[in-house]
Amino acid sequence: MSLNSADIKRIAHLARIEVSDAEADATLTKLTGILGLIEQMQAVDTKGIVPMSHSQDVTQRLREDVVTEINQRELFQSIAPAVEGGLYLVPKVIE
Amino acid sequence: MEWEVVIGLETHTQLQTKTKIFSGASTAFGSEPNTQACVVSLALPGVLPVLNQEAVKCAIKFGLAVNAEIAPRSVFARKNYFYPDLPKGYQISQYELPVVGQGSMTIQVGSGDKAYEKVINITRAHLEEDAGKSVHGAQEGMSGIDLNRAGTPLLEIVTEPDMRSAAEAVAYAKKLHDLVQWIGICDGNMQEGSFRCDVNVSVRPKGSDKLGTRREIKNLNSFKFMQQAIEYETSWQIETLEDGGTIQQATVLFNPDTGETRAMRSKEEANDYRYFPDPDLLPLAISESDISKVKAEMPELPEAMKARFEAQYGLAHYDANALTSSRGTADYFVATVDAGSDAKLAANWVMGSVSAKLNAEDKEISESPISQSALASLIKRIQDGTISNNAAKQVFEAMWAGEGDADSIIESKGLKQVSDSGAIEAIVDEVLAANAAMVEEFKAGKEKAFNALVGQAMKASKGKANPAQVNEILKKKLGAGV
Repeated sequence: MSLNSADIKRIAHLARIEVSDAEADATLTKLTGILGLIEQMQAVDTKGIVPMSHSQDVTQRLREDVVTEINQRELFQSIAPAVEGGLYLVPKVIE
Repeated sequence: MEWEVVIGLETHTQLQTKTKIFSGASTAFGSEPNTQACVVSLALPGVLPVLNQEAVKCAIKFGLAVNAEIAPRSVFARKNYFYPDLPKGYQISQYELPVVGQGSMTIQVGSGDKAYEKVINITRAHLEEDAGKSVHGAQEGMSGIDLNRAGTPLLEIVTEPDMRSAAEAVAYAKKLHDLVQWIGICDGNMQEGSFRCDVNVSVRPKGSDKLGTRREIKNLNSFKFMQQAIEYETSWQIETLEDGGTIQQATVLFNPDTGETRAMRSKEEANDYRYFPDPDLLPLAISESDISKVKAEMPELPEAMKARFEAQYGLAHYDANALTSSRGTADYFVATVDAGSDAKLAANWVMGSVSAKLNAEDKEISESPISQSALASLIKRIQDGTISNNAAKQVFEAMWAGEGDADSIIESKGLKQVSDSGAIEAIVDEVLAANAAMVEEFKAGKEKAFNALVGQAMKASKGKANPAQVNEILKKKLGAGV
């Protein structure tokens, strides 16, 4: 699999990272190197091996369905840049 | 060319838990903005999600209800996208290993002679968290964010592209809506967004086994809109193709005001979600004993209950189906029968007068002013011949209006049926004497005249005569083998 600089721009856009053209070129070289490594690893026969989803071989502990949180809106909103009527304000999102 | 529409559904059902899927914040609906947004809902740095066991239980219940495989090990993944009502920048969902695997559901489509059954295959169902809400117009150039809903547990239920008409899609959605409420995992409130459907629609030439390009209609929150949106989208796709155009895969929105669907701009879509396993959450393990524990708590499922109603009470398939459309209706029917009512009469009353009244007043069966035992006491008076069916309807109306119990209303309104054959004979004699012309007509072969005479006799008795007896006596007196 090979990438071009348009792919880099697209991935950067999806991740909301600003990349200049020079940075895009450098990133392209690095990512291509990583993909090359992955390609090398693809050669390993992994048939019958369950993909690892976590580095530790333990399973999820569950929580009882009981309300433990109290309303701390004032505290949380004291550090927000803009609030109104209990809402956090952000630059307008277009539907 | 004849076209065929192919439809698959993705439904987000909000699970009925007290707290969020990954934190102990309340999920109560309608609270003041952000009063239920804890550090996890806000995605403050350093917080960790802890899975709610009740949400897992709900998923198991659903899996059991649709005969699906419940994954002994499933994995949570991050679905990455940017939107202000998703403060983490990703939604925790399940991707490669969902908690519920393949299952199926049987739906009933249409009514009367054209009714048919169809099996809809469920591809999977997975647990995920809901996002917050954006409120527009709070301030010029700004959007307000309410994170009370952020982290509310959802079970997303995905079907195979098995439906072939808007009617089938709506029948499936309604059946699913009934089922999730039946097993108590979702309140089904569509206005509050507890049950939201995304519908994938594509068309292809009839007979083709290749799928056409699909467009996804997002966030339908009423069955009526779903029907309209699918019908509009289907004819739009067919017209486009017949005009020589092609369909582009897209996400579309339905506008209830115009009845049309329109594609979202490409910027509004970000289908590259860059999923990966969430390192903050360990795999979810569900053991056989976890499953049996949940199984033991499950109510009798509608399909099983339907079969029981047919076998135990001799109800018709259609009636058994209607009575098991919701757990409330089924429970009401069973309680009425348990209170001594004949099952077939109870079925007729529950599906007839009771449901008509509830519909007219937009009430749930749990809000019926007539209790199950009260209804049974009315039906018992029909069974023992105290009142006629017509009189029973009057008694029912009065009971609904809160005028008292069946017996006192029958008494106060003087609705007791006259079954004394002597009294009925006297009435019939009077009617025959007063309507000589009709008697002549009948004798001349006009059979309609007989019914007119029955009508006259019923009228003379003020509707209280037992109609079967009136018929019989009249026949005898006219010496006719009608």
